[in-house]
Amino acid sequence: MICLENNDEMITIFVMGKKHRVPGSLTIMKAMEYTGHQFRRGAGCRGGFCGACATLYRKKGSYKLEGALACQKIVEDGMYIAQIPFSPSEKKTYNLNELKPDAPTILEYYPEVSRCLACNTCTKACPQDIMVMDYVQASLRGDIEQAAKLSFDCLSCGLCAVRCPAEIVPYNVGQLARRLYSKYVVGPTQHVLDRVKEVEEGKYDEEVKELMNMPLDKLKVKYNTRDKVEE
Amino acid sequence: MSDYTSGYPEYMHESLKKVAALRPERIGKHFRSMTADEKQQILKDYHPDWKMDQKRELKIGSSKGQLMPHEVANILEAHSIISSKDIDLKKIDYDVDILIIGAGGAGLSAALLAQENGVEPDKILMVTKLRLGDANSKMSQGGIQAADAPEDSPTHHYLDIIGGGHYANKPELVEAMVKDGPDVIKWHEELGVIYDKMPDGTMQLISGGGTSRKRMHSCKDYTGMEITRILMDEFINRGISYLDFTCAVEFIKDDEGQVAGAVLFDLDSDEYMVCRAKSTILATGGFGRLHIQGYETTNHYGATGDGIVMAYRAGANLIHLDSTQYHPTGAAFPEQIVGQLCTEKLRGRGSQPINKEGEQFVYHLETRDVESSAFIRECYGRDNGITTPTGMKGVWLDTPLIDIINGEGTIEREFAAMFRMFKKFGIDIRKEPMLVFPTLHYQNGGVEINVKGETNVKGLYACGEVCGGVHGKNRLMGNSQLDLYVFGRRAGKAAAEWVKTAKIGKLTLKHLDDYEKMLKEEKIKTDRKSPILLPEYRGQKTLEHHLKLL
Repeated sequence: MICLENNDEMITIFVMGKKHRVPGSLTIMKAMEYTGHQFRRGAGCRGGFCGACATLYRKKGSYKLEGALACQKIVEDGMYIAQIPFSPSEKKTYNLNELKPDAPTILEYYPEVSRCLACNTCTKACPQDIMVMDYVQASLRGDIEQAAKLSFDCLSCGLCAVRCPAEIVPYNVGQLARRLYSKYVVGPTQHVLDRVKEVEEGKYDEEVKELMNMPLDKLKVKYNTRDKVEE
Repeated sequence: MSDYTSGYPEYMHESLKKVAALRPERIGKHFRSMTADEKQQILKDYHPDWKMDQKRELKIGSSKGQLMPHEVANILEAHSIISSKDIDLKKIDYDVDILIIGAGGAGLSAALLAQENGVEPDKILMVTKLRLGDANSKMSQGGIQAADAPEDSPTHHYLDIIGGGHYANKPELVEAMVKDGPDVIKWHEELGVIYDKMPDGTMQLISGGGTSRKRMHSCKDYTGMEITRILMDEFINRGISYLDFTCAVEFIKDDEGQVAGAVLFDLDSDEYMVCRAKSTILATGGFGRLHIQGYETTNHYGATGDGIVMAYRAGANLIHLDSTQYHPTGAAFPEQIVGQLCTEKLRGRGSQPINKEGEQFVYHLETRDVESSAFIRECYGRDNGITTPTGMKGVWLDTPLIDIINGEGTIEREFAAMFRMFKKFGIDIRKEPMLVFPTLHYQNGGVEINVKGETNVKGLYACGEVCGGVHGKNRLMGNSQLDLYVFGRRAGKAAAEWVKTAKIGKLTLKHLDDYEKMLKEEKIKTDRKSPILLPEYRGQKTLEHHLKLL
């Protein structure tokens, strides 16, 4: 067993205001666990893919309020930490099959988009370094493709929404834009549709059954000598 | 001072220079894949599954005698966290047609299909331990397999799966997977999933370990995140009910022996609740957070194996739990992200595994079990690994090759998540390799199901990682993503069908008393309780690393 503490400088952090001494190399998430906290809310994938651990912090001596994912950010001496495990917002419901990929659709569901002040606070708050303001503006213009592409890496952690002075919930807007883009701008893939039809018509039934019923030794030879397309 | 600019400690620079120096020679050079005999030998010598002292035969229940890791046997040979006396089954808090436990890709697919097959949205209840969509499904990076390319076929896919799974797979489940595959992709596109495509509008497909055709569809390296969030969005659009931060802790049965709902636990109020349901769908995912053999894991915080425990106490059969998947490329450095996934797509795009001398030591696209074994051999059998500051070993994954082979900008475009993660910790994977070591990734076995997603217990359905049989004893990349949607949809459909004629008798938790009796009869004296619901990482446990490798 290796203990970090032996070769790791201890630092001071404040979790929701409470002072703790923790090893300085830990992420915010692990530092909170080190202090004795067992997560119920505020922890998810622990790998930067789910946005459950959105966190706001101020560094020692700084007036700036910064955002991060607790699982991806290393603690710093004097850091003040508050988790924001949920941002209040209503995701509008819609039937994707009845929509058009344009600005009126976006504005119908999220009219507050037109209140965007172009202050860029959302972009500064994003732990994924996404150009949030740019995709909000793109959706307002009806540039659904740009809105979809710029917002693609969004984890819906909510930090942009809690910081926006115009009270926009950018991640909901991005989600609508992406579904519209895929469904109406990109559309289905022909070779996928073709293969689905072939399967439905039973084209592969016999071949697959033959493999299913093949004696093990023959199946092994078949597998070991199968032709492979190299990358 | 070293003249080498690097995100790695100075003592690693000599090895890194060798990796860079030999890189030009390695481009385009084919490293031979192992023969069938060589594969068997290296698995036997180095794969964690072959360490027999790390497993034992299960002492109780319908799958008594099956071999499984101690960590899994420990949660099965344990007391329930509730007693039948604690719960008043006359007070029903939720009375629904279908209860779905788990809100990842499998559970969400099941919910959508149940609704499409005639169950009212307010007669479906999904419960999830954490948030909607919090699951391993979301963390899948590299892709999803489906045989829809003209040069590919479900037959090729079948052969790759069954051979990769060491022929232990249930053939009819594999057949269902490969035939449903293209339809799953079609369904995703209808729902608005943005798959990576070529300029001509065809799918951008790549190879994975053990695939004979380019079959991997991806959404950059956020594949699971993109698909899951769209299923979540659609789930909410359809108005299906759900309770988050609510765990299921045990199934409820009726006097006919069928599963008839579950006892729920509210993580906010710490109260138990009773949910009666005509069909119950188990979609709780895997067990990575049990840290089998002390391995770090790629898995979600909630992956504590709760589903197998509940299902087993209710009498469901288990299968293939002796086999566990270790993903070859878990991060070994920096310390903050040790064990986290470095997608197989990195190898699919040409990254090679390299030892401390800068040499490739294994074909880069062997199946995961073989590839992992080769990494372990290189570190611990041949001492050709690189030791990290915390004493762990790893090998290089030469990511700069990706941009050299596929053109500058490929990493930033296709590996946004990986690039971002390593950049945060000071490593530019366009210029320097990653340091990697196998990490606990996937529960190959689990609850046994048939092609409809039915278990051997009436009224109980299961889908996704909690199940076994589909992947045999080794799963190929991109097949768990496919598995979720194939069997999630099938289970949802079958459960909706069963609702039409199902009749629930008197509710009971007698099976928990019976399980207690079995523990006593087998003289299992333990204070262990399960399901464990949340992993324990508090205090010093934050700092522990205890790989039992040698």
